[in-house]
Amino acid sequence: MTGMTTRSTPRVLGVALATAVIVALLSIKLNAFRDYQIAEIAIEVTAVAGLTVLTGLSGQISLGNGAFMAVGAYTTALLMLHLNWPFVLVLVLAAVITAVAGAVVGVAAARLHGPYLAGATLLLGVALPSVAYAYQGAFGGDQGLDVNFTTPSFLGVNFPLTRWEAWVCSAAALITLVLLANLGRSRVGRSWRAVRDDEVAAALAGVNVAATRILAFVVSAACAGLAGALLAIVTGLVAPGAFTITLSIALLTAAVIGGLGTLPGAVWGSLVIVLVPTYATDVATSHGLSSSVASNIPVAAYGAVLILVMLIFPQGIQGAVRWLLGLFGISSARTRQRADVPDALSPADDTPTVKQRRSASPEGSSSGNQ
Amino acid sequence: MKRSNRFRAPAIAVLAAAALAVAACSSSSSPSSSSTGGSSPAAGASSGSASAPLTASAPGITSTSILIGSHQPLTGPAAPGYSEIAPASAAYFSYVNAHGGVYGRDIDYKYLDDAYNPTQTATVVRQLVLQDNVYAIFDGLGTPTHLAVESFLNAQKVPDVFVASGCDCWDQPTTDPETFGWQLDYIREGKILGQYIAQHFKGKKIGYFYQDDEFGMDGVKGLDDEIPSSMVVSRQSYVDTNVNVAPQVAALRASGAQVVVSFSIPAFTALLKLTSLKLGFSPTLVVSNVGSDPITLSGLLESFAKQGGATVNGNSLTDGIITDSYAPSLGDAGNSWIALFKKVHAEYDAKAPFDGNVLYGMGVAYTFVQAMLAAGRNPTRADLVNAINAGLPQGPLVAPYAYSMTDHDGVTGAYIGVINNGALTPEGPVLTTDTSATGAITPYTGTQPTAPASGIPAP
Repeated sequence: MTGMTTRSTPRVLGVALATAVIVALLSIKLNAFRDYQIAEIAIEVTAVAGLTVLTGLSGQISLGNGAFMAVGAYTTALLMLHLNWPFVLVLVLAAVITAVAGAVVGVAAARLHGPYLAGATLLLGVALPSVAYAYQGAFGGDQGLDVNFTTPSFLGVNFPLTRWEAWVCSAAALITLVLLANLGRSRVGRSWRAVRDDEVAAALAGVNVAATRILAFVVSAACAGLAGALLAIVTGLVAPGAFTITLSIALLTAAVIGGLGTLPGAVWGSLVIVLVPTYATDVATSHGLSSSVASNIPVAAYGAVLILVMLIFPQGIQGAVRWLLGLFGISSARTRQRADVPDALSPADDTPTVKQRRSASPEGSSSGNQ
Repeated sequence: MKRSNRFRAPAIAVLAAAALAVAACSSSSSPSSSSTGGSSPAAGASSGSASAPLTASAPGITSTSILIGSHQPLTGPAAPGYSEIAPASAAYFSYVNAHGGVYGRDIDYKYLDDAYNPTQTATVVRQLVLQDNVYAIFDGLGTPTHLAVESFLNAQKVPDVFVASGCDCWDQPTTDPETFGWQLDYIREGKILGQYIAQHFKGKKIGYFYQDDEFGMDGVKGLDDEIPSSMVVSRQSYVDTNVNVAPQVAALRASGAQVVVSFSIPAFTALLKLTSLKLGFSPTLVVSNVGSDPITLSGLLESFAKQGGATVNGNSLTDGIITDSYAPSLGDAGNSWIALFKKVHAEYDAKAPFDGNVLYGMGVAYTFVQAMLAAGRNPTRADLVNAINAGLPQGPLVAPYAYSMTDHDGVTGAYIGVINNGALTPEGPVLTTDTSATGAITPYTGTQPTAPASGIPAP
């Protein structure tokens, strides 16, 4: 057990470092708008990774993570506006404060299941951004709050702001992914899966079900808060119009399209959510369609991708990737693909079949095999 | 060995695909970014000579075309009505292009959908500026949406002309020198409506109904400058995400208001009217220009009533609504501007109804052509801003523009009108004023120039 963890942590770090190098190279090679899109993708990844852990690993659905992003974004705006703190500190604090909000919601959520939990978090997603209208003096109402973010002086005056934003957001996203990957493999992750698969069995095995469920909300909220903070510094404005219920649903969509419960899936889903509408718009506008048709093509493309992925690969894009890898015999992914989805986070031990997993958690150590 | 492979393979696949995806982006974008270049060459300043060859004097400008961009709500809740504006502008630009263009250059108008979401506005405007290298952002629609990009555009020194919103926030020449408003700002509008109410409804009880944002609050600020506070018996606000306005209407009814002034978008003007009907409340309605286009309003009234299982006649419900307008009345067939835009509409945009939104889109496009012509033959970005700062001649709107070095507001006045059988009947003269609380409201003594016979402003 211990040996396995020490083996995989350097591997995760290696992948993260390699990705960081690739992103850095891309950000230098590509134009400023693509840098901005890299930042957008990284923000999306941060939020979706948090949600995929909550929903995929701990089995709790949330339609309110857009509201957590709003908490992070407003925290950032207020801190930068009134206290003018360095942004790294602000990002961390935004994540912490949102985590506290997540704990509060988590306490309520731990008592709810299925559609009731979805309903409660939906309420959060709808109601919380409206607080900005209720307290216009503090939150600027519909107009929102300005966030002033610039490149640090050591990079020189000519360093493009969008490249700096791409770096900051990608770094935050990668750190989040590394931490979540480790958390998913740790005792906490095993408890989440145990609770997700069978609460009674988990409780009998000594897992504190309520605390485990609340912790999942805290982690998820912290990720969303960090994503909201990044969104605030990148767009330069925090306004309630950016945190509608559509945002929460888009996050869940990204998690599902990518492959619920898997961190690579969070990356896939984010790529789809950010890039498909832009491509569809480019295609639509370059073919001389009438504006009423062209403007609806991105929305239609988004829907079509969602339907196709769900029809062909119910386990999301990551499921498709595993299936393809299995086809080419590159790895033992064939067996993994047949098993339940959320195993990308689980350690690389022998994965039991779906049926076995229903009755026992995947790791035969602390919480399994009752 | 097997274990490590299994873990590594998906990770490598993710990396490879991510790299592919972004590489694909770069290949599609590199031609446009390399062809137009980054900073503007200095040559553009020499625009005096009429025979000077046309050069690529600024980003987005080539010897044959001018590329401009915009963000518009083409889908989503703000789309009904407002989504007609950009196609109408594009129709007018097509007309100009077909008749010689601007100094021989065609205007290429690329407007992208932001669904009225500030995050999406930030994305599409960066796409237009950083990737498509537009010369200017033109007529970006909405207050919260455009605020998300105002400082970005000013930092990038991209002309940000004729924002489609009456927020007074576009008039900040010192901090945001690139940004210009166009339509009547809500403070001036509130003052003009307020004076009319104070004069014509003396001794009556007045109720306010307004959108709880910059739009509604600027309007109320203007109203309060003119209406004595003793006359105002109730102030009710709504949030545009909550379509139940019954509590507000009930409160207005309970206060005994005989006149209700509404700073609302069209959908909420319709909801106010229908909810009032349901509650048996029939005050005189005074509605801001934004929320009172008779054709849009009557369509909304009929479709909302239908959703509620009732049939109403939209035109008869809008009868008697008092409003104001800074553009000539659509029904005024004798007005040369209406005639011109009707002609362009029939030729290039016939599918849309000829309503206030179409008039708006064409009017603002005309003003942009005026500004481009004033900016010179081979303009830099700064030339456009300087040309507007030097003031633009009055065009399709009934009052002059405020444009100067120190004032970036657009049109300065409007006239009061009453809706009658789906059309606006003007009542009284054009009134002009400023945005200060004490600034006088004076009748405009000039007359609106007639539209040029060619349909294109003279250089």
